[in-house]
Amino acid sequence: MTALTDLGIAALRDGVKDGAFSAREVATAFNASVEKGRALNAFIVETPDLALAAADAADAARASGDLKPLSGVPLGIKDLFCTKGVQTTAASRILEGFEPVYESTVSGKLFAAGAGMLGKLNMDEFAMGSSNETSGFGNVISPWRRSDGGNAALAPGGSSGGSSTAVSARLCPGATGTDTGGSIRQPAAFTGISGIKPTYGRCSRFGIVAFASSLDQAGPMARDVRDCAILLEAMAGFDVRDSTSLDLPVPKWEAGLSADLKGKRVGIPKEYRIDGVPAEIDAVWEQGIAWLRDAGAEIVEVSLPHTKYALPTYYIIAPAEASSNLARYDGVRYGLRVAPEQGSLADMYEATRAAGFGAEVKRRIMIGTYVLSAGFYDAYFNQAQKVRALIARDFERAWASCDLLLTPTAPSAAFGLGEKSDDPIAMYLNDVFAVPASLAGLPAMSVPAGLDGQGLPLGLQIISRALDEQTVLNAGLAIEQRAGFTHRPEAWW
Amino acid sequence: MSDYRIQGATGEWEVVIGLEVHAQVVSEAKLFSGAATAFGAEPNTQVSLVDAAMPGMLPTPNVECIRQAVRTGLAIDAKINQWSRFDRKNYFYADLPQGYQISQLYHPLVGEGQITVDLPGENGAGATKTIGIERIHVEQDAGKLMHDQHPSFSYVDLNRSGVALMEIVSRPDMRSPEEAGAYVRKLRAILRYVGSCDGNMEQGSMRADVNVSVRKPGEAFGTRTETKNVNSVRFIMAVIEHEARRQVEVIEDGGVVVQETRLYDPDRNETRSLRSKEDAHDYRYFPDPDLLPLELSDAFVEDCRASLPELPDAKRSRYEGELGLSAYNADVLTAEVETARWFEALLAAGKGDAAFAQRASNWVISDLFGALNKLGKGIEDSPVTPAQASSLLGLVADGTLSGTLAKQVFEIMLETGEDPDKIVEERGLKQTSDTGAIEAVIAEIMAANADKVAEYRAGKDKLFGFFVGQTMKAMAGKANPGVVNELLKKALG
Repeated sequence: MTALTDLGIAALRDGVKDGAFSAREVATAFNASVEKGRALNAFIVETPDLALAAADAADAARASGDLKPLSGVPLGIKDLFCTKGVQTTAASRILEGFEPVYESTVSGKLFAAGAGMLGKLNMDEFAMGSSNETSGFGNVISPWRRSDGGNAALAPGGSSGGSSTAVSARLCPGATGTDTGGSIRQPAAFTGISGIKPTYGRCSRFGIVAFASSLDQAGPMARDVRDCAILLEAMAGFDVRDSTSLDLPVPKWEAGLSADLKGKRVGIPKEYRIDGVPAEIDAVWEQGIAWLRDAGAEIVEVSLPHTKYALPTYYIIAPAEASSNLARYDGVRYGLRVAPEQGSLADMYEATRAAGFGAEVKRRIMIGTYVLSAGFYDAYFNQAQKVRALIARDFERAWASCDLLLTPTAPSAAFGLGEKSDDPIAMYLNDVFAVPASLAGLPAMSVPAGLDGQGLPLGLQIISRALDEQTVLNAGLAIEQRAGFTHRPEAWW
Repeated sequence: MSDYRIQGATGEWEVVIGLEVHAQVVSEAKLFSGAATAFGAEPNTQVSLVDAAMPGMLPTPNVECIRQAVRTGLAIDAKINQWSRFDRKNYFYADLPQGYQISQLYHPLVGEGQITVDLPGENGAGATKTIGIERIHVEQDAGKLMHDQHPSFSYVDLNRSGVALMEIVSRPDMRSPEEAGAYVRKLRAILRYVGSCDGNMEQGSMRADVNVSVRKPGEAFGTRTETKNVNSVRFIMAVIEHEARRQVEVIEDGGVVVQETRLYDPDRNETRSLRSKEDAHDYRYFPDPDLLPLELSDAFVEDCRASLPELPDAKRSRYEGELGLSAYNADVLTAEVETARWFEALLAAGKGDAAFAQRASNWVISDLFGALNKLGKGIEDSPVTPAQASSLLGLVADGTLSGTLAKQVFEIMLETGEDPDKIVEERGLKQTSDTGAIEAVIAEIMAANADKVAEYRAGKDKLFGFFVGQTMKAMAGKANPGVVNELLKKALG
């Protein structure tokens, strides 16, 4: 028999429903896996009791015949989601010990759908990073290793690196992630799993620690496309507590899954062919094009002329919003307070924030403060807003000739921890393919497509029109079926 | 009214004044949260998770606050911007949990409008002046620091944090303390008529930032100073006087006025510098990414318009034009919303014509105001209701009560709160026209004053008043004065 921890969301849900195993057995197996996987540092807090309690409720629900959509499914929750009574830090020391008295809408919806919580997943501090090295609680280590026999520790991607590692290493069957400029897609690609960032506004941001409000979106990370569809259905939906959430019904994405792409036109944006990208990335992209053609789609070349401005635009807007969003961590009401003897209020602010924030967070607060300051606002922030509108228009125009776009998710496979941590720009470049869809608020997904020469996963990204998650998922399914990606990291932990 | 001038050593100076009035919006809940707004509650008992800026909390606009601001805009004939937007004003302070105030810098809800104020003219001739309003925007109030609770810590009360304010920005159209005072009083009256602000300056629900500059008449505007948070009409006028004189002295002593923020000290009646332009905060305003632009439908605006009561200017001209009240009476009765409401109720109870309205207006202004003044009560706490007053006036009109008796009855009404009919009935205060009773009294008086009768008959006409007085006294004031006159003339021959 397959180990329970090798099963995905759909299999666990169906198995509990069919009585193949109990939810308690599932939770117990994953709790053990979480404990065994501590070397990966994927969790900041483990909550085995909560997983068991939800499992018992699921078993009782089965007995009484009222199973919910996710009964029996334990999940990892990224530490950016506020969880009632469970420490929530956004992987920042400034929030160490903070226990919300409220539940984020998304985690609350998952729990209401019957899911349990295995723990709070590590991440880049305040979701700022692409490698998990900015976490205030030590970086997550990817379960993957290069096939060169070396055991260099690799980055799990970021910022949802705890999520990617935990799913990839079978510590949990699925996890929540958040994506501001690639934070679901890039770690999914680095660890050989699937992850979707839905249209901006699909998932409520209420109770998610804010990084950049106009970009932040929650989404699921799981082992395959169907599991992502199941989780997203439970996570999405209108919320009066978030004015930017969309007042629209949630589609039945799982029921709508189809790998038949007849009649669909797939755009290949020529601007995404950039210099310095390894040949293996191009190769997997070509392979993906062939797969989608095989699935019945027509392939067309399209142009997104403002693509090259996306990264600088993102690195103005996101830090600007972050510099303001993070002002509330001031030591006055909750979290860390460092108050120097005889110090003034300003001294307390400075000491608290100096001690509580890591280097990357400080860097972005400073960038954001700068681009909003008098005399620079027009040249930076205002200009970036205009360029953002042009980037969104590029996509709008592309939809005249295609229904979805296929691109690589990231310009490389997972890099080694420490390899880019001294060079912020090199780190930022990792999100070059992910950021445009974030700026335009479009649904985008990464699915695993193959391995590079060193045996590390590579992902392909699918982007579609606003609200058309179904097309994204279906194209992901078409690739998944043809890629037959069954690789998994060998357990060394 | 002659122009207000500061006499300086170098000649006359003109004062230029603009006011930014902060008016707390009357609403059950705060601008972006459901927390209550009542004044005087225990510290930190009216604070939601949003107001305390807990991680992941999001603002959602309270439509009632928006509605009140739109109604206010319509009441001052202003342009309503059906597309407006909220901006963040970023600064650190312990009374500002988010680290930013949500306000409207770039696209305010209400655009240009105006208010006509009455100025006391020379020789009693009133003049009017129109003061331009540049804009009204809505924003959050901050909390309150308490420095007297602990020897080494300051405490924060967040009850007021997030309460909706309207900032009503005038043009620099005022030229004297009197004009500024008249403007604030008129604005306050309009707000209270509309019901969008209670205008209570003592409780801080209305306060003004006073911008003052001086110039030689006809020259360009001088450099202005801004005196913050002035909380009474008297203080506003004092600030202008003091600040104008100070600026004239500075300039005439060869100095320059520094653009700065100042504070008013009512105990010393002086302003002092708070911070100069160089130390001014860089607020890094930018559009709040948590909130969508505010878009108002035509129907919403029309609904706001339809909900407006008759405003003071319209009411006053109706009183003068349709009811024939004197300009003075119309002015006094419409200046405060409580007076107008009371008088309207009296008119409704009296169902009277213009003649009734005129009598009623005189009675309210002389008798009622006089009595309330003695009691130290406002009209809203009057012991006599409009319906009772209407009955009283009716009793005078139909001859049941003489003027003297009416005053007596009114005194009793003030003490007991009883209806005038009941008082008249129970205490036998009805005026009598019983000629038999009056003739008997007259006969007695003439018998007792035979000498005076002789003098009168010899031509000393003014003794007639003596006989009237004696008769009225003997009748305990209840005799109908007309009948007394008639009978006395007959008896005295």
